[in-house]
Amino acid sequence: MLELIKQPWPWYTSGLAISFIMVILVFFGKSFGFSSNLRTMCSMLGAGKWVSFFNFDWKAQRWNLLFLIGSVIGGFISANWLQSDAPLNLSQATIDDLQKLNIPFDGNIVPSALFSWDFVATGKGLLIFLGGGFLIGFGTRYAGGCTSGHAISGLSNLQVPSLIAVIGFFIGGLVMTHLIFPLIF
Amino acid sequence: MMKSVKYILAGILFGIIMSKSEAISWYRIQEMFRFQSFHMFGIIGTAVITGVIAVWLMKKMKSHDIEGNPISFTDKQKAWRRYLFGGTIFGLGWALTGACPGPVFVLLGQGYLVMIVVIIGSLLGTFVYGLLKNRLPH
Repeated sequence: MLELIKQPWPWYTSGLAISFIMVILVFFGKSFGFSSNLRTMCSMLGAGKWVSFFNFDWKAQRWNLLFLIGSVIGGFISANWLQSDAPLNLSQATIDDLQKLNIPFDGNIVPSALFSWDFVATGKGLLIFLGGGFLIGFGTRYAGGCTSGHAISGLSNLQVPSLIAVIGFFIGGLVMTHLIFPLIF
Repeated sequence: MMKSVKYILAGILFGIIMSKSEAISWYRIQEMFRFQSFHMFGIIGTAVITGVIAVWLMKKMKSHDIEGNPISFTDKQKAWRRYLFGGTIFGLGWALTGACPGPVFVLLGQGYLVMIVVIIGSLLGTFVYGLLKNRLPH
C-alpha cells in the first residue's frame, strides 16, 4: 500500500483526490478556498485596526487555519516518508526551454538552486519571491479566490465569475512565462 | 477536540495530495504554462469534471452536512472586472513562484523554508488589496 502511494500519481488519481477534498469540506459544512487564510492571517496580525476589510470575525475561519496547518504537516510527511526515488518526469521540451533561461533541471520537485537562501540573498531572488508572493496575495483577494476557490469549487458549481477568474490566471501565467521570464532569468 | 482534528486531518490529506500530484512543482507549473504536457491539465480537468458531478449530486439529493444542516452553495458575486484583473495578477505570481496559496504552505512543510519570503509577500499583497479595495474597479 505504502509503495503504491510512494509512486508518482497519475493525473486522474490526483484530480479525483482533489475533488474529494472539496467534497469532504462541503460535508463539514465549509467550502474549499485556501487564499481566504491570507486575509484571516492579516486580521490576526491586527490589520483590522487600520483597514476595515480586515475587521471581521476571523475566528469563524479558524477551521481553515487548521486546514492550513494540516497542509504544512502533509508536505512534511510527503517529503520524509512518501517520496519516490524517481526524478520528476518533466517533459523534455520544458527541460530544454528552462535550460535556455539558465535554469537547470535537477529532478527535484522545484529547482533547488532557486528555492534556496543563497538565491534569496542575491536580491534578485528576494525580489522574485517577495514580489511573486505580493502578486499572489493581492491578486487572489482582488479576484476573491485562488485555484481552490475558483478553479475547483467555483467551476464545480458552474460559476461564470470563476471561469473569468481562471481565464485571468492563465493570461497572467502566460504573460509571466513567455514575456517576463526571458527578461528576468 | 474532534471537531478541530478533522480539519487538520483534511489538511494533511490535502498536503499529501498536492505533493504526490506534483501540483506544488515549480517545474510542472512551467510545463503547464508552456503547454508541454497534459499532466496539470489532466489533474485540473479531472477535478473539475468529478467536482461538477459531485456538486450536482449533492444538490439533487438535497444532502446534509455532518451537523445535519442542508448543504447550500453560494453563487459568486456577478461581476467581471475583479475576476479578470485579480485573476491575471494572481496568474503572474503563480507562474513566477510556481505555487498557488495552498502549495506555498505545502512546500514550506516539505522543507523549502524560503517559502516564508513568499508568505510574507502574500500577506503584504493581501493587506495592500484591503487598503486599496474601495479604489479598485470590481
